Amino acid sequence: MEEILRVEHLHKKYDDLGVLEDVSLSVHKGEVIAIIGPSGCGKSTFLRCLNGLEDIQDGCVLLHDEVINPCDDVKKLQKSREKIGMVFQSYDLFPHKTILQNVTLAPVKVQKRAKAEVEAEAMELLTRVGLESKKDNYPRQLSGGQKQRVAIVRALIMHPEILLLDEITAALDNEMVREVLEVVLALAKEGRTMIIVTHELQFARAVADRVIFMDGGNIVEEGAPDEFFDNPRTERTRKFLDNESFTVK
Amino acid sequence: MEALGFDVLLKGNNMLRLLQGLGVALKISLISVLISIGLGIVFGMLVSMKKPAINAVFNVYLEIVRIMPQMVLLFIVYFGTTKSLGLNLSAEAASIIVFSFWGTAEMTDLVRSAIISIPVIQYESSAALGMSRLQTQVHIIIPQTVRRLIPLSINLITRMIKTTSLVMMIGIVEVLKVGQQIIEANRKASPNAAFGIFATVFILYFIACWPISQLSKYLENKWAN
Repeated sequence: MEEILRVEHLHKKYDDLGVLEDVSLSVHKGEVIAIIGPSGCGKSTFLRCLNGLEDIQDGCVLLHDEVINPCDDVKKLQKSREKIGMVFQSYDLFPHKTILQNVTLAPVKVQKRAKAEVEAEAMELLTRVGLESKKDNYPRQLSGGQKQRVAIVRALIMHPEILLLDEITAALDNEMVREVLEVVLALAKEGRTMIIVTHELQFARAVADRVIFMDGGNIVEEGAPDEFFDNPRTERTRKFLDNESFTVK
Repeated sequence: MEALGFDVLLKGNNMLRLLQGLGVALKISLISVLISIGLGIVFGMLVSMKKPAINAVFNVYLEIVRIMPQMVLLFIVYFGTTKSLGLNLSAEAASIIVFSFWGTAEMTDLVRSAIISIPVIQYESSAALGMSRLQTQVHIIIPQTVRRLIPLSINLITRMIKTTSLVMMIGIVEVLKVGQQIIEANRKASPNAAFGIFATVFILYFIACWPISQLSKYLENKWAN
């Protein structure tokens, strides 16, 4: 399969504090990668480095063999962000715009696509996530789970080649987690390329082709989900999974 | 009517004079408000960039405005400049300077706090959608800033209108001063004029400020996040 994204020896520091140390990764078309790890292990920061929201101190991120981080060319960075969709933990919908406007803004303004075509596609996508009736509502009128589904639609309508999901259920009440994860699962099944940072281990196992365990700014272990969860190779991973299994029912 | 002193309003052109006085007050506040909003937006944007030197200067300025009574500022600018700087400012110009000096400081602070209250995630999710800095400002940041700003600045505008009653202290014949003049002139004929006239002044201020504060409430509800 064609390689979409490659990370080479990425180093990220805040002041003198090393957050990511020598992380490398290759992402192929259609692959779903789940990144798990304890809080503060650098997994969200890693995701944010992939679309240039964080600058990096060493190494590089390549999209189709073109370096996009570090990148001094603002236009090039903006172009590459159109191909890398991202959904954040929460509160990232635009509060002053309706649901439909939230979804259509970037394709119309950034990609200069025709409004009618974009709106039709927006309605199609909103229908897929069961929110077509909310198109004229404002984000404040939606539940957390509904907002996250809109945020996914807003990323999808840009036709990204890869989707980054940064703990998108972490701020949600339990009963809303499922409706969001189901949308993600459906995307995985249709062959979308995704990198998913998550705390939901069961979900990671169900959705991912490859699971990556990060700790202390490094990739400690990676592997196919069944092997990863059933036969972790490192002591550190085993400990983490043991601890988590007390909290995960 | 007579017992409460409202009859005086109908004598001569008293009512018209009161309205003209209100006009003077509104003219001073309108000009000051426009200057304050214009400068406040520019300064607020500068201050929100968090450059230490700019912020240090602004903080001193804001403290001066907050601590110093407006009336003292009026006296300094009107009487003080004439003597020490040889400037011959008209009373109206002096009050516009003072009110703009005050309003600009407060408006700058409002603009600053509205800008910095926009969560970082709004910038980040715009960037993640491939928006340029300009597009992010135009479509995402400025509309949200304005929505936060308008109710706050309307409150400032009504306070500025109310505080124009101070300018009679430097000899401007605005609505309150006209009221006093009418009461003085009718002391013999209508000894009860004080209540009627001041009540009318009160109502005139109310009529001037109430629609503005209603507008603020309306916008606040409309834009509630």
